[in-house]
Formats: sequence, structure tokens, C-alpha cells
Amino acid sequence: MAILSKEEAKKIIDKVLAFSKADEMSVGLSGSRTGNIRYARNSVSTSGETTNLSLSVTAVFGKKSGTSTINEFDDASLEKTVRRAEEIAKLAPDNPEYVPMLGPQKYLEINSFSDSTAAITPDYRAQAAFDSIDPCAKKNLTAAGYLEDTTGFSALGNSKGLFGYNKATSIDFSITVRTADGKGSGYAARDYNDASKLSAKSATEVAMQKALASSEARALEPGKYTVILEPTAGVDLLQNMMRSMDARSADEGRSFLGKKGGGTRLGEKLFDERVNIYSDPQNLEIPGSPFGGGGGGRFGGGGGDGMPQEKVVWVENGVVKNMYYSRYWAEKKGVKAIPAPSGFIFAGGTQTLAEMIKGTEKGILVTRLWYIRAVDPQTLLYTGLTRDGTFYIENGKIKYPVKNFRFNESPVIMLNNLEAMGKPMRAGGNLIPPLKIRDFTFTSLSDAV
Amino acid sequence: MQMSGMGLGALMLPNIPVIGNHVPVEHLLDPWMDAPAKKKLTEIALNAAKSKGATYTDVRIGRYLQQYVFTREKQVQNIQNAESYGIGIRVIVNGTWGFAATSDVTTDGIAKCAATAAAIAKANSKFQKEPVVLAEQKGVGDKTWKTPIKKNAFEIPVQEKIDLLMNVNGAAMDNGAGFVTSNLFFVNEQKYFASSDGSFIDQDIHRIWPTFTVTAIDKAAGKFKTRDAISSPMGMGFEYLDGLASEKIAGPNGLVGYRNSYDMVEDAITAAKQAKEKMTAKSVLAGKYDLVLDPNHLGLTIHESVGHPTELDRVLGYEANYAGTSFATLDKWKTKNFNYGSKLVNIVADKTQPHTLGAVGYDDEGVPCKEWDIIKDGVLVNYQATRDQVSILGEKESHGCCYADNWNSVQFQRMPNISLKAGTEKRSVLDMIKGVDKGIYIIGRGSYSIDQQRYNFQFGGQVFYEIKNGQIAGMLEDVAYQSNTQEFWNSCSQLCDKDDYRTFGSFFDGKGQPSQVSAVSHGSATTRFDAVNVINTGRKI
Repeated sequence: MAILSKEEAKKIIDKVLAFSKADEMSVGLSGSRTGNIRYARNSVSTSGETTNLSLSVTAVFGKKSGTSTINEFDDASLEKTVRRAEEIAKLAPDNPEYVPMLGPQKYLEINSFSDSTAAITPDYRAQAAFDSIDPCAKKNLTAAGYLEDTTGFSALGNSKGLFGYNKATSIDFSITVRTADGKGSGYAARDYNDASKLSAKSATEVAMQKALASSEARALEPGKYTVILEPTAGVDLLQNMMRSMDARSADEGRSFLGKKGGGTRLGEKLFDERVNIYSDPQNLEIPGSPFGGGGGGRFGGGGGDGMPQEKVVWVENGVVKNMYYSRYWAEKKGVKAIPAPSGFIFAGGTQTLAEMIKGTEKGILVTRLWYIRAVDPQTLLYTGLTRDGTFYIENGKIKYPVKNFRFNESPVIMLNNLEAMGKPMRAGGNLIPPLKIRDFTFTSLSDAV
Repeated sequence: MQMSGMGLGALMLPNIPVIGNHVPVEHLLDPWMDAPAKKKLTEIALNAAKSKGATYTDVRIGRYLQQYVFTREKQVQNIQNAESYGIGIRVIVNGTWGFAATSDVTTDGIAKCAATAAAIAKANSKFQKEPVVLAEQKGVGDKTWKTPIKKNAFEIPVQEKIDLLMNVNGAAMDNGAGFVTSNLFFVNEQKYFASSDGSFIDQDIHRIWPTFTVTAIDKAAGKFKTRDAISSPMGMGFEYLDGLASEKIAGPNGLVGYRNSYDMVEDAITAAKQAKEKMTAKSVLAGKYDLVLDPNHLGLTIHESVGHPTELDRVLGYEANYAGTSFATLDKWKTKNFNYGSKLVNIVADKTQPHTLGAVGYDDEGVPCKEWDIIKDGVLVNYQATRDQVSILGEKESHGCCYADNWNSVQFQRMPNISLKAGTEKRSVLDMIKGVDKGIYIIGRGSYSIDQQRYNFQFGGQVFYEIKNGQIAGMLEDVAYQSNTQEFWNSCSQLCDKDDYRTFGSFFDGKGQPSQVSAVSHGSATTRFDAVNVINTGRKI
């Protein structure tokens, strides 16, 4: 019941819209089944499965809007929800930034649904946990991991004739392996739409190798180092930067893209000329949502205002080419509205991680960055720490594990200190290359393993 | 706080998701089922679980209400009224936990849910190496507990809330702010707990958080500076916003601290002035400084460097893949002389202190709440534990640290209030500053980051003042301090007295996979730490 077909979803949305007495009405309908299994100390700690089907109705009178949600679908309940949304709207204060709803839109065909993920059972999850725990237990290592899979759909429609539907699946797996003496720790994370691409066993093997190799870490002096950030390490910093590309904040002068004297830095070269960042909802490795901008991630949950997602170039040859524009701000500025995408593609090179290590005279290989927090939103300075596998590279070889560092660095500065990029890999719904960066700032040492 | 990607900024967005269904505001005041009706439903669950082989069962019927109001400058961005209700059933079968939840609160729905919980427990028992050992908890019979509020925030008209925020925004703009966002968060948890031990507990819990961010802009220079509210989320009703003069504490340079009553408009005026002053403040020279930390700042440092590392589930490794483990290991605790801090450091855990976010009568496994020592005279003496953990510490009685953020989330170990006791010698903030030659006075929560075992941390703040020869010498910018938890707490050299004691709070503390939030308070008086490493965070891009 939780996963409705396009036709079933449209039937419900049309029924809801027929009850409307408002000036404008939009309806979001989404459903999902999410299952998870969590383990630690080589034993399953929790697991569960939840299904959810939810309808959200927004009624608008003039510039007043109100939203009501429900998870019952009989006619009386649907009508009650419409009336509630209308009541809430009538009592709401005027929203001076209200923009009338969109009419019918053309959406891109996107294949983000996989039968293998939709077919996952509790047994599959238990087997994945076993495949991860068993090799660790045999080598006297301790596994802690988490697997979560979701099958869902999102549909939206409004009183101006707009309708959209998308069905998607996802699977996320992460594993931390620690040595029995607590001196070594390794990590690996994988995310896909198609569960048949996931091997919990091989991801666990990577984490096991890192755990064993990271024992007996040596202390290096903090300072500026050439680093190779694996995609699991680089993704958060880059994603944080991309999330800060809102045009309104820049126009208001409170963003790293705000310009001295007013205006934005659109069209300015801010990064190394090899930096190219774009989004493409039809990318086969990270298929996005056909509509969105409402923060619904891979499912386009809620669908936002129904703006179609298209291919957008954000940074080209180091130059800022586009920023997000809400429909309100775009109208005010007389430009095209651009929703934020669900994932980014950071164009890289062709080298493998191993080849990048081979080409490094002196440097530090970073598996993962942790507890990343903004220090200064003006410069996008972030702090955080390395974790679960940090190694010293000399003359093209990994020499020894090193103690974890705290860093203070801005992705903007980082992308100006670019040495090399490898082949992009999927990380957290994005495609991110391993990045070789010079003068990456480590400010102190941590005893944490 | 754990989420690696998302900081506080994201939580300020007007589209922050609510849990449950959007409902009209008056619906939030509708009475729910009375206690006898809820008891009847929990008995269905207890019996159904027992018939499926459960040796222990607890049931939580919950109704969770939220009202969030978001504004910027002269406009209301969003008002969210939400209600979520349902039942969560947790069982032990074959010595293993199982949990299931449903919004179908009918005889059939509850019986099915209990059967699912038992089936999950049975399936997971195949992997179980050691059976669950529950500390004994005698049934407490029929009990009720309510947050002692004076004004139910849900009864205050929405217009009054909008008027307040418009006054706040107007005051900030009139005093030099370029932009301002302000928000009100109200939460009411109505939860009924029943267990096969014979407890039937009805609780009505209220929380409130007023907050804002003021931004000053210098477009010509391409610069902006912000200052967040120095309010604290509280376990109180709308009376927290009364701004009582008797609850204000006068600090140096005309600064005001707020105890159990907050003057939001006054703080917005100060914030606008301070945001402007930050534009031209001196950039800090990196080096060692004596830090004088205001309770509204120190609370987060306590949360991260004492609260999280003394969670027993982290110590044992249950959070290894996400939040991390802890440096405060059992072997250190067993020595009975592990110097977490200097002799002045006395840190207590509690779920009873009035007005705090952690205060409830009973936790989410029916354990009556209490207070206990975590660090005594600088020595690590205990942890935070639940019924299935406390035997590891050789104790027979749970600490009462079990919490679930909703009826459909499984309860697990969550932080109680963790607070630093005030000093016993008479001392005000001004007295403390007088004794500092080279220091920095820090107010408000800023950037915060700590490693996964809680050794190395870096904290910023909202406002920084340089202290020179016992005097405030002006505002500083680009300040963050880095330290190691044990070294930092051992550098604690002076405490203000109980007259300066205030609580700080975290309204959305994240933990677990899937992640759950909880709310927790941290009390302290202004405290001095000697020779802490301060870095300069200024950069050019």
C-alpha cells in the first residue's frame, strides 16, 4: 500500500483537488518503506522496518497559505484535510513573498528505481550484517555497522494542472571496524539506488584493512600538508560549499558569494581552472529527482514547488556559473528560478587512488573527515578531524599510519590549492573524485582512534 | 550533537520538518484520552506480548505536539502546528530486544504490533551472544507527573507569539541589524508508559526555545557578522518569556545574563549592537589565554566533553560506527583516581532539576528519576546508564537515562542533564575578571567540534572580550580555543558562586542510527580555565 503507482497517486490527488474551495491548492503524496539493521560489538543491536504513506494539502487564499497532513485515505478524511488546510490558510498572516503556483510542467524521465532494492527482506539485511560481522569476528576485529534501504514514491499535483510522479529506491551502508586493542580503526561507506551493486562483504574488507593498517599510529607535527582526500573524506566539505550557493544570501551580502560593494560573485573565477561542478538528474550513477528543491533529497520528497530539475553547470573551469534561485527571488531579480539539486557531480580525472598515491612524494592519505562544523560562514572556514584511517605517504608509498589531526580549512581555499583529481566515486549521493590538495591546514593532534 | 554534515544553521530553516501531521492550532488544545482509557490499551499490548513469549514488555502510548513559529524581519515565514500519536511496544523474547510501533491504536492494531515486536526479537535472537540483563525495577503502580509550568505555551494565541517576534525583529533592525530571523519552538509530550513490572505512568512534559540570529552587513567591505540569541531552551511554559528583572544577572560592560526568565527584545537590541561592533573588533592574536566562560557558552563544552564521553553505550562501543566511542573507558573509571579535571570540578547528572529540559518524573522505561555524581572532586566516578546496562557498573538500580524521541522510535540511552556545580566561595563574574591578566571572556554558543573519542575539541562563541590586567579591554573576533578534554578540565582554576548559576540547553541533540533527537540542559556558573590554546580563525578567500 505504501508504494502507489502513478495512476493510483493521480486518482487520489485529483479527488483531493476536487474538494478545494481555495484560490489555489497543491497536494503532495508520498509513501515509503524503510528498513534498517544496526550492529555493534559484532552483534545486531537494533533492526526495524517502517512504512509510511502521507498526504499533504496546501490551500491558498490570496497571499495566505495553510498546510494540513494526514495518513488516512477514505473520502471523508481527504475532504476533512482539505477543509483543515483551508481553515489554517484563512487564519494565516499574509506571506508577502508568496508566488502563485506553477502550471503543468515537463519533467525529465529518470530511472532511480531498482527492483532489487524494492525486494529487500529482513533476511537480506540480517545476511548483510552477518557478511560484515563474520569476517571481522574471525580476525579478532570488532564490527559496528548500519544498513538502511528505502523504497518510495513521491507525487504532486495542483489546481493549475501540474502533476508529477517519481519512484525511487536507495540503499546506504557504512561500516567501522576496530582492532581488539582499540589502536586501529577503519571505515567504509557505500550508497546506491540499486542494492545489487552493494557488497557488504567487500566494503567491510576495506574497513578491516584500514583498521589493521592504522594501528600503532605515529604523531606528526600539525601544520600544512599535501593531502589526498578520499571521496568519503572530501564529500562533506564540498557538499557544505555547494549548499551555500543560494543567490538570495549572496545578494543580501551574507554568503561567501557576496561581493565587496554589493552584488554576487557570479561569473567570477573562484577556484582552480580544473574545477568543474554540475548536477544532472539523469546521471546513471546518481539519478536525481525529476522535480524538487524542497529538500526532499533523492525522493524529491514533498516535491517542493514542482520546479523541474534539469542539468545545471554550477562551476565551469573554476568560474561560478549558477546559483540557486527560489521562484520568489528569481522573479524579484528577473532571472530564471533554479532549484537546488539532490546531488552534485564533481568532474575529476582518470587516475585511481592507488595511482594518485604513487605520484605523491610526501603527503597524507585521509579516509574520512568527522564532526565538521562551520567556523566562519564568510570564508566557509570549517573545522573537523580525520578519522578511521590516516596514513603518511612518502615516495609514492603508504609508509605508516599517523595520529588523527584537527583541520581548519575552507573548501574554497582547498579548491585553489588543487594538485590532482582522480576518478569520481559515488559518495553520499554525489560523484566525488579523490582530491590531492597542497597546504591543507592541520591545527592540532588528536589522541582519538 | 553528532550529525557530521548539518550544523545549527540548518536547524534554523523555516522548513525544519515536524514529526507528525499538520493540524489547526486549536486542535493542539483538544484533550486526549484519559489515563484509564490509555491504561486499557496498554493492557492489550502487555497481554498480547506475553502470549507471544515476551518475558518483559513495555508500552508507550504517546501524543507529541509541536508548534514552531519562524519569522524574518517584518514577515512570518512559517507556522507549524503538528500532532503525532501512536503506540510503541518493546519486548524481550529469548533474552533479546524487539520493538515495533503503530499509529493504529485499536485492539487489533495493538495486538498485531505486539506480535511484530516479538517476531523481530525472535529473529534477532539468532545473533545474540549475551542475553539482556535488566536491572530490577519494582512496578510503581499508577503515577502522574507534569512539568511545573505556569503558562501553557499552546494556550497562548498565535498572534501574541507573532507580535513578540515582530517586536524582537523590529528592535534588532532599529539598532543596526541588516537582517534578523527569529523563531519559537514549543513541544508537549503527552506520554503514557506501562510495563509488565506493574507501572502505569502518565506524564505531561513541556519544553520551550525562543531564539534568533541577527546579522550586521557592511556591503562596501563585503563583510557580515552574526550574533545568535543567548536564550536557553527550557523545561518551562510561556512564562520563560516574561523577562523578569529578578532573573537577570548583571555582568561586566552592561552585559546581562538570563536565569529562568528571558527578555527576548532586550537581548535582540544587545545582539544588533554587538553584531555591528564585531565588524570592527580586533582580530585575536593566537596564543595562550586564561578563559572566563559564561554559562551560556560553557554548557556546550560540558555537553560535548563530559556529557557524551560518559554515556555508557558509547564507552561500550555501541555507537562506534556513528557518534564514536569514548576516552573515558571502564579501566580508567575502575582505578577510582582518574583525574578528569581539577579538584574544583564536580559534575552531576540529574533528571530532576526544575526548569531543565531533562526533568521528568520517570524515564522511558519507567525508572523514577534522580541525581548522581559523574565527576567528584575531579575524579571520574560514574556514567549514564539504562536498565540493561547498569549491571556492567556493578549497580542494581538504573540511572533512568532511557528516552525515545517519539512513540515510533525505540528508546535507548540518552544524556540526562549534566551540570557543573557552582563554587562554594563567594565570587561574581567581575571578581573573576579582576584576577585575570591576559584572558578572553566568552559568551554564547558558537562553532563546536570534537573527535569521536572526545579528546580534542575546538569551540567558538558568540561574543568575545579581551581581558587585560583585570579589565575588559574591548571586543575580539576570529577566536576559537582548542584543547584536550582532560587537560582542559584540569586547567579549571576558579568558579563563580551559585548566584551566577544558569542553565544552557540543547533542544535537538542527535544520536543513534536512525538518528533521534533529545533535549538536555547543562548548568554552571561562570568558570575560569588557565592557559588555554586560542587560534585565529580569520581567512581570506
